[in-house]
Amino acid sequence: MTASTGTGGAAAKPEPTPTATTRPFWNGLRDRKVMLQYSPSTDAWVFYPRVLAPGSLTDDLQWREASGAGHVYSYTVTRRPTAAPWAADVPQIIAVVELAEGPRLTTELVNVSDDAVKVGMVVRPVFCDSKTGGPTLLRFEPAAGPADSQEERP
Amino acid sequence: MAYAGSAAIAGFSEWKPEQRSRAEARYFTTEQWALLSRQALDDAGIAPGLVDGIATAGFPETSMMAPATVTEYLGIEVGFAEYVDLGGATSAGMIWRAAAAIDLGLANVVLCTVPGTPIPELASRTEGGRTYLGSLSDAVGSPQAEFEIPFGNVGQNAAYALIAQRYGATYGYDPAALAKIAVDQRFSAQANPAAIFCGKPLTVADVLASPMIAEPLHMLEIVMRCSGGASVVVARADIAASGPNRPVAIKGFGEGVAHRTPSYARDMTVTTMGRAADCAFRMAGLRREEVDMVSVYDCYTITVLLTLEDAGFCKKGEGQAFVTEHDLTYRGDFPCNTHGGQLSFGQPGIAGGMSHVCDAVRQLMGRAGAGQVQGAEVAFVAGTGGLMSEQVALVLAAQ
Repeated sequence: MTASTGTGGAAAKPEPTPTATTRPFWNGLRDRKVMLQYSPSTDAWVFYPRVLAPGSLTDDLQWREASGAGHVYSYTVTRRPTAAPWAADVPQIIAVVELAEGPRLTTELVNVSDDAVKVGMVVRPVFCDSKTGGPTLLRFEPAAGPADSQEERP
Repeated sequence: MAYAGSAAIAGFSEWKPEQRSRAEARYFTTEQWALLSRQALDDAGIAPGLVDGIATAGFPETSMMAPATVTEYLGIEVGFAEYVDLGGATSAGMIWRAAAAIDLGLANVVLCTVPGTPIPELASRTEGGRTYLGSLSDAVGSPQAEFEIPFGNVGQNAAYALIAQRYGATYGYDPAALAKIAVDQRFSAQANPAAIFCGKPLTVADVLASPMIAEPLHMLEIVMRCSGGASVVVARADIAASGPNRPVAIKGFGEGVAHRTPSYARDMTVTTMGRAADCAFRMAGLRREEVDMVSVYDCYTITVLLTLEDAGFCKKGEGQAFVTEHDLTYRGDFPCNTHGGQLSFGQPGIAGGMSHVCDAVRQLMGRAGAGQVQGAEVAFVAGTGGLMSEQVALVLAAQ
């Protein structure tokens, strides 16, 4: 894990380090695609990326492009920073999004006021490029939001 | 089930929690291990020379071989040297492993010791480290480093808040019901001089007026880290019976672990406590209705709610009505966390989990003083580790 200085002069925010197994996911985000693994034998989409399908340990994982559509499975609005690097982000909306294909992932909701978020809210991806050369992060915004907000603007 | 029920808790020691910032960093982990263990053996009336098993967690002074570090320091040779790594469920996990080892004939007297007081120079050593990570690993290759930490989902609060929010969206959320858990436990803490919040009663209004930390969790629904530590002596039942205390039989136990981060739980509102508790009650041959008190891990109020539901004391989704309708205090109809819970007793690191074992043992031995549950014969203890992700259940009974 590398650390870079985030926006707003906050403390360094840790950035992910792609691995040989996970790199297609990160490359996908860079190219504005949500790439997930899929296991044909179990008809299950997989997140996070693995070398074998979770549960069955089947060796049949293949990369496919997912729709990117999803809904808010749960969320929390932080009123205190979870840690120093996120001090400038309060209130931060940390969320778990369930993708249309099934897998859930941890993310952050952007372009939405914290009192408008609801569990079940339909969301779409926001591809957030790093300002310091790190991997693009996958955040989400309400699907009913402005149609032109495919870039991060928090 | 092959467990013959041949192990019992013979005695224990527990250090009074103090605010961590005020605690004197005098003793290293091995030193605390020795001091706590000696006190517990004295309490059990068992000679140190009889100890032939230990269970320990990892500790900062060694990155590996913690059990051998402990046996060498104590100057003992054992036939059972266990390392338990289940976060807040570590303590309860030690108890059943000790019981199983005794049952299998590997040992006769097992020390389960969990130091929880800051060690010398700990502060300076972790100054530059990422202590904010909580139970997450930031090592390259760890899924948390790649998929959790970049979003600020660090520490414990956000994850438990996500669980609580999902619970509320599924079953409805009654903030006053959750607050009542903390309030009832605080009432019991008034009868426990060792509790850090003894002398400081609390109302539901106080809890709901305390600052929001991560919605829907208020500050007074979140455990406060303290210093402390505990040791429990698990022994062959006949050895336990030779001491001064009424032995507490380890009747049944169970465990459940599925994930580390709740985002990947099959259902964020359902814990693996279900299988753990089912296993424990089946092994014990006892029913939920026969339990006289419970001591369940309470890093947050939502932890208690989910544990009571999943352990089968009420139906899924009915926990809020259950805690509202029942008096959870030591003099109530469903005594829960009579030492105050960690919310009011304090959380001395992972030794916080042992405080629930000690709470139940104190009650079953009839040593709870002003907070004694009258006629307590059977207790249920739950340990929760990580982010609601590691579960251990124990069923204990007075001999």
